[in-house]
Amino acid sequence: MDNIAGTRSSLQWAVHISVAVLVALWLFPTVGLFVSSFRTGDQISSSGWWQALSTQESQLPAIRIEGEEVPADGAFTIEGRLIAGDTTVSAWGTSSRAPKAYAPGETVDIGDGQTLTVAEDSSFFLTSPDTTEGTRLPRVFLTASSPPEFTFDNYRNVLFSGTAAAGIGKAFINTLTVSIPATVIPILIAAFAAYALAWMEFPGRALLIAAIVGLLVVPLQLALIPLLQLHNNIGIGKGYLGVWMAHTGFGLPLAIYLLRNYMVGLPRDIIENAKVDGASDFQIFTKIILPLSFPALASFAIFQFLWTWNDLLVAIVFLGADDDSLVLTGRLVNLMGSRGGDWEILATSAFISIAVPLLVFFTMQRYLVRGLLAGSVK
Amino acid sequence: MNPALLGLITIVLGVGGCIGYFWLSNLLLDTVIFPPRGPNAGRNINRANAIRPWLFLAPALLALGLYLAYPVVATFWLSLNDRVAGGGSEFVGLDNYVQMFGESKFREAILNNMMWLVVVPAASTAFGLIAAQLTDRISWGNIAKSLIFMPMAISFVGASVIWKLIYDARPQGTDQIGVLNALWVAFGGEPQQWLTIPGWNNLLLMIVLIWIQTGFAMVILGAALRGIPEETVEAAIVDGASPWTIFFRIKVPQIMPTIVVVWTTITLVVLKVFDIVLAMTNGQWETQVLANYMYDKLFRSFDWGVGSAAAMIIMLLVSPILIWNVYSANKEMR
Repeated sequence: MDNIAGTRSSLQWAVHISVAVLVALWLFPTVGLFVSSFRTGDQISSSGWWQALSTQESQLPAIRIEGEEVPADGAFTIEGRLIAGDTTVSAWGTSSRAPKAYAPGETVDIGDGQTLTVAEDSSFFLTSPDTTEGTRLPRVFLTASSPPEFTFDNYRNVLFSGTAAAGIGKAFINTLTVSIPATVIPILIAAFAAYALAWMEFPGRALLIAAIVGLLVVPLQLALIPLLQLHNNIGIGKGYLGVWMAHTGFGLPLAIYLLRNYMVGLPRDIIENAKVDGASDFQIFTKIILPLSFPALASFAIFQFLWTWNDLLVAIVFLGADDDSLVLTGRLVNLMGSRGGDWEILATSAFISIAVPLLVFFTMQRYLVRGLLAGSVK
Repeated sequence: MNPALLGLITIVLGVGGCIGYFWLSNLLLDTVIFPPRGPNAGRNINRANAIRPWLFLAPALLALGLYLAYPVVATFWLSLNDRVAGGGSEFVGLDNYVQMFGESKFREAILNNMMWLVVVPAASTAFGLIAAQLTDRISWGNIAKSLIFMPMAISFVGASVIWKLIYDARPQGTDQIGVLNALWVAFGGEPQQWLTIPGWNNLLLMIVLIWIQTGFAMVILGAALRGIPEETVEAAIVDGASPWTIFFRIKVPQIMPTIVVVWTTITLVVLKVFDIVLAMTNGQWETQVLANYMYDKLFRSFDWGVGSAAAMIIMLLVSPILIWNVYSANKEMR
């Protein structure tokens, strides 16, 4: 309410905070996937992604000290290493009740005159006044810490390696092959039809516009079997041609509707002047209307691209669900079924599939919003 | 042939073909069939202008008729027939519908769809309205809007993966990697396989769609809020109305038509929801919905009759909105 002087609301701070919370909530899931796609499989499955930046601590099972006893200066010592590998010990203890009692490097009296030191690299040093022959050596509880670890390996694996890839690279190409022609082809067809509906007088025009508004909401589920039969009958079968045609058909109502609404709003003078000057409809359309309608064309192109890229149903029905022809969305559904636990593969594949739409979204948001506002039936 | 190359050729052929068709057909009309010359020049121009709209419309009408209008009729016909072993089909009347209504999975799908229809549009519109109002007058509102709007660009399947990570469950005693279980355990619960708990799992699936659709509602409603005449709001402030009163009594009533539009648009999305259910539960644990039921029938049991009948039910549910849209579009044009 800060549009009237002196009435700036005291709620302003509350508004800022609520918006921040809302944005955080809406962003949180996607960020989770993004972060996970850069973590190693071990780390993903052992801790939540929100802990990715902190050092991971994990409690190892108890290890009993063992080793060769060496006599020295009237005492006995045992030296050795508790675990192999490059794990770092962040704390240790000798009782299950206090497994993190001591810091690495600390020398501790563990009773009976024995002392024990465990270093950061898990090497230990035990001294005892008497021989330990025949007695049970103490158990040690280790807390291992591993530093945050980020890697591009997931992307390398998923995109380029043949086996673990599960065909994401191939699916990416397939998706691109489906969506680009399916975006480009309807535009021109729709633009001509929209011009006729917007600026040409002919009987039945109102009826046609009403029909297109009606077709706008027809569920494409109805089209699956009849069109599959049709494609088989005319010899296209399952393949790219079929998907492109199907996407074109399904995208046309929105395209015509958006473009007509936009073209109707263009100034009448320009078109009538051109007519007076002797321009034909075809010339008016290609020389005047088409360039002026660029924003609407861009809006529709973005819609159609996002829709065809993200589509699952049309692609698996008209292109097929076998390994060679699966698109990204179809591949993801398969991965969720077969490798539901391999989050490093799943998260990376999912992020690859949403990266392109997100890029389009953030660069062309202006047109997308404009299209949405024009496209919702008012 | 390499599909990418095929795609490129198709683009060139498709676009070139379109341009060629429009150009040639116009040329033909103007110079050969009805040339504006000779004794009938005037009449020919009129005739050509009467035909030209149909030249412009023909490819679109062909595609619309073939890919949207014809399938409605064909699906209706399929729903009245059953395939016979060995090819061919026979007319069975309403048997498919009777069989479908007898199936418990179908009744479950209808029931779930009704819940989706109530919850998702309501929640998305409400969140969208809140987000639109809150971001309207703050300096970083546009950035906030764009981030809330972002899920709109993510595919339903991608969103399913994102949210499956949130709902993930690990055995008790180990660190939870799903946020929901991590919070649940932090408050003293035992880790749950959320997606297998009937009732709750439906709600969790709906949240995915609400997350996607809120941005859409926010954008449309935000534009409508901007369109409210300043005077009405200022008059209310002068009269001493509180921000709440202004919002609910002044602003919301004025954007009511837009709220209806947003609501119906999201309703249409909900009626066709398929990918989310397929990817997350595949209709198990009582989460079946109509579109997934239909897909099951068509492409898993290959029962085209019942599958088509289910598709007709979706069409039936959509038709009130269809009629309303056509009606209001007509009203607007007059």
